[in-house]
Amino acid sequence: MRLNVRKTYKLYIGGAFPRSESGRTYEVDGQNAALASRKDARDAVLAARAAFGKWSTATAYNRGQILYRAAEMLEARRSEFPAGEVDDAIDRLIWYAGWADKLAQVTGSANPVAAPYFNISSPEPSGVIAIAAPAGFLGLVNVIAPAIVSGNTCVVVTESAIEAITFAEVLATSDLPGGVVNILTGFAKEVAPWLASHDDVNGLDLTGVTDAELATELERQAADTLKRVIRPSTPKWTDDPGLGRMTAFLETKTVWHPKGV
Amino acid sequence: MVKRRLRLVNNAELTRILHGLPGVDKVGAEARAASLGTRSIKTTAKAWAIDTAIRMVDLTTLEGADTPGKVRALCAKARQPDPSDQTVPSVAAVCVYPSMVPTAAEALKGSGIHLASVATAFPSGQAPLSVKLDDTKAAVSAGADEIDMVISRGAFLAGRYLDVYDEIVEVKRACGDAHLKVILETGELATYDNVRRASWLAMLAGGDFIKTSTGKVTPAATLPVTLIMLEAVRDFLAETGRKVGVKPAGGIRTTKDAIKYLVMVNEVAGEGWLDPDWFRFGASTLLNDLLMQRHKLATGHYSGPDYFTLD
Repeated sequence: MRLNVRKTYKLYIGGAFPRSESGRTYEVDGQNAALASRKDARDAVLAARAAFGKWSTATAYNRGQILYRAAEMLEARRSEFPAGEVDDAIDRLIWYAGWADKLAQVTGSANPVAAPYFNISSPEPSGVIAIAAPAGFLGLVNVIAPAIVSGNTCVVVTESAIEAITFAEVLATSDLPGGVVNILTGFAKEVAPWLASHDDVNGLDLTGVTDAELATELERQAADTLKRVIRPSTPKWTDDPGLGRMTAFLETKTVWHPKGV
Repeated sequence: MVKRRLRLVNNAELTRILHGLPGVDKVGAEARAASLGTRSIKTTAKAWAIDTAIRMVDLTTLEGADTPGKVRALCAKARQPDPSDQTVPSVAAVCVYPSMVPTAAEALKGSGIHLASVATAFPSGQAPLSVKLDDTKAAVSAGADEIDMVISRGAFLAGRYLDVYDEIVEVKRACGDAHLKVILETGELATYDNVRRASWLAMLAGGDFIKTSTGKVTPAATLPVTLIMLEAVRDFLAETGRKVGVKPAGGIRTTKDAIKYLVMVNEVAGEGWLDPDWFRFGASTLLNDLLMQRHKLATGHYSGPDYFTLD
């Protein structure tokens, strides 16, 4: 005779699982999940910014290994995820893991110049990316992986709390440094405006925003600080995603290096 | 008791006075400091607190790697903390090493911002008295109008209170017209009772300000320690009629922390200390956080460190 130990679904910020500072919860699939507030978003951006230095300067090979490890962990816990989506999610993580050390080769270039210089362009991560995730597990993995594989850190807002926080448990055991992925469960309408207008956020992925008016408003706020934006869409997540989601949050640095000295 | 203090002649008498101070209730002081930190300060009160805190900042750079260029940049920031917003007030003072005083004096000319210099073999205080006095005189003659001196913690902890007292008196004399802030380095004083004794010792010897820390020792300023020092200046005013200022320094990095201190100043010492003449923050990173919070209040959205100068 024993009592069941039931899980409380909390937020995932800076590698820890805190409750919302507001103390609020909402119900998802018969379970209670923490309902993120403005101040949780603020804390998540701080955590993401703090993690950026180390994650963006880790070797691409290392970032790939960590994404691969996340796929391993997901494989081990597959029974906790929707059966129809988990295989594709694992495969997609592996796919992005492979891109980690190839992205710079494909998107960078050695440019011919009419002067005695090596002229090299190489991609660099943008910084902190705010993501309004689409509903469902496969969509969530498909927006997080491309954002972080190049060295960005992110703050994700999603209503699908059960899958998202269970996935956070996967990430937390994958050697992913705390703060690289922060997950706020709750409503984009409430939290996303604070992220879109935040001066310390460098990119905005609106894929999961279903309200066209909200999307327009968020994009307008993002324009104040020239954030890179991915507009709302409803792609078929099992299709080949291409490089678009990875290259959306890259900056190109070009250096001129003198030859022969 | 007051009159007797003016005729201080030996260590035994000074010890009797300092050890006659009531002991500090450690648990009570910490609980009181924690409870004052829970006040919620919002909207217009917060805006006032942020501007007041900015006006109280002693913008500090005390690194071995300081250069004239860095000090000039700091002085420019002291004059106008946010170049994009003219309504932001200037800070109270700039605090530098003595070797940087001439540079800072030039950069601050005509601004009304005070120029503080640490002296007396900062941060350890482990030098002969003659060196400490020369250090002080050099800083004053180069243009510093506030001197931050360190006490000899070794002498204090060994019970040689009169040595510490005499040293403060000597340095005060060397300061001339310059204000003297006495750094107690509370992180090395071990007990709250010692903090109270050192506060009284510094005030009896003529210090114009008592300051918690050098910023080079952990823990630096804490709320309970500042509480005890605020009680000391309040009681000292009641007993002697002379008002002394307080400066917590080191470890205060966020607006939230700064507001906790302001609440404490108001509740413990009283409104009379809520003024840059009587309360200062020794800080460098705090200023950027204050500016970011001010920006958030003014615009309604969060700001980021990319939009403010590094120092």
